[in-house]
Amino acid sequence: MQFVLYADSWRKTLPAMGTGMLGIFAVIGAIVCVVYLLARLTRKK
Amino acid sequence: MGVLQELERLASNFGNLTWQMVVMWVIGGVLIYLAIGKKMEPSLLLPMGFGAILVNLPFSGAVTQGEIVGPITALFEAGMSNELFPLLLFIGIGAMIDFGPLLEKPWLMFFGAAAQFGIFFTFFLAGFFFELPDAASIAVIGAADGPTAIFVANVLHSRYLGPIMVVAYSYMALVPIVQPPVIRLMTTRKERRIRMAYRKGSVSRVERILFPIAVTIIAGLVAPASVALVGFLMFGNLLRECGVLKSLSETAQNVLANLITLLLGLTVAGQMTADRFITPQTLLILGLGLVAFVFDTAGGVLFAKLINLFLPADKKLNPMIGAAGISAFPMSGRVVNQMGLAEDNQNFLLMYSVSVNVSGQIASVIAGGLLLTLMGV
Repeated sequence: MQFVLYADSWRKTLPAMGTGMLGIFAVIGAIVCVVYLLARLTRKK
Repeated sequence: MGVLQELERLASNFGNLTWQMVVMWVIGGVLIYLAIGKKMEPSLLLPMGFGAILVNLPFSGAVTQGEIVGPITALFEAGMSNELFPLLLFIGIGAMIDFGPLLEKPWLMFFGAAAQFGIFFTFFLAGFFFELPDAASIAVIGAADGPTAIFVANVLHSRYLGPIMVVAYSYMALVPIVQPPVIRLMTTRKERRIRMAYRKGSVSRVERILFPIAVTIIAGLVAPASVALVGFLMFGNLLRECGVLKSLSETAQNVLANLITLLLGLTVAGQMTADRFITPQTLLILGLGLVAFVFDTAGGVLFAKLINLFLPADKKLNPMIGAAGISAFPMSGRVVNQMGLAEDNQNFLLMYSVSVNVSGQIASVIAGGLLLTLMGV
């Protein structure tokens, strides 16, 4: 197998890097909000 | 004469042996040594090591040769090409995890998200040397989570599944060696000595039961490609938390997880044939795997340092806990705790570091799913 350099791959991977990190924070943020909500709704009085 | 000819026929296969096959025997031997001698992931490395020898014999009957289907190839078709084995393993892993401490302090989940930076940075880097599906598969080594790495590499039909698996599990086992120098480089001694008081909260049973269901729905809506991964992990956790399926939960944690790991090890070994493994690309994957782990660690630590900029002096976080956001559970959480104790023998970070570590388990699966979504799966 030979090495090939994909010099212009950054055009796709760089935006994907940004979108990916943004996406993971968005999903985790949503989960955190739901957990706080669940805690509030199920807290024993 | 007849006997001599028969002996010659029996020995003829020796001529088909190549040096690459012998190298694979050595690699198989090293994996077996690590499993037995060093007790590193023995349930996986032992079958992988033995399997690597098994499939690297000339015309090995363990893998398909022409029309004759080999058992390891059959196992691959039955459980790997359709991602069944990694998914079933996730039921066991989900049943093993106690999300309780994380549910007490949900904000710690953000560290799990930050520590996935290595995955996306490695994707960017690997894109220069590999086609994008292979680059994405290699990047997921940074998930520090074997089943996720297998799942993504399989879905993207990566031809580097064998090296990716070996590299992923090797670095997971090497977390106590890889992480500390990076953490030390990114933090000052003063930061490493920051104490974090732990106040135990309470989590209701209803919350514990609803949590896996809610995570599945949210992750499934945002990254549908990850819903099988997240869903099976969370189903395993639901088995644990529901309280009415104790024996099933224990079976998933022990028997199911062990059995699937064994089959997984043998099946992955089927991908470790010399012609696929002994290539310069394997070395590159080894290097990129290290980059993924280093940048995961750095991402988590830097995120904690960023948060500290906005916190009052008496509420500062110990930035080392961010490093535990990589998924390698529970090694990473323990490493951070030990580093805290090494700086100050009264600095107990375990509850925080393990919580962050558990959040990394969820975040890494979601990151794998996001990567699949970005790849258009």
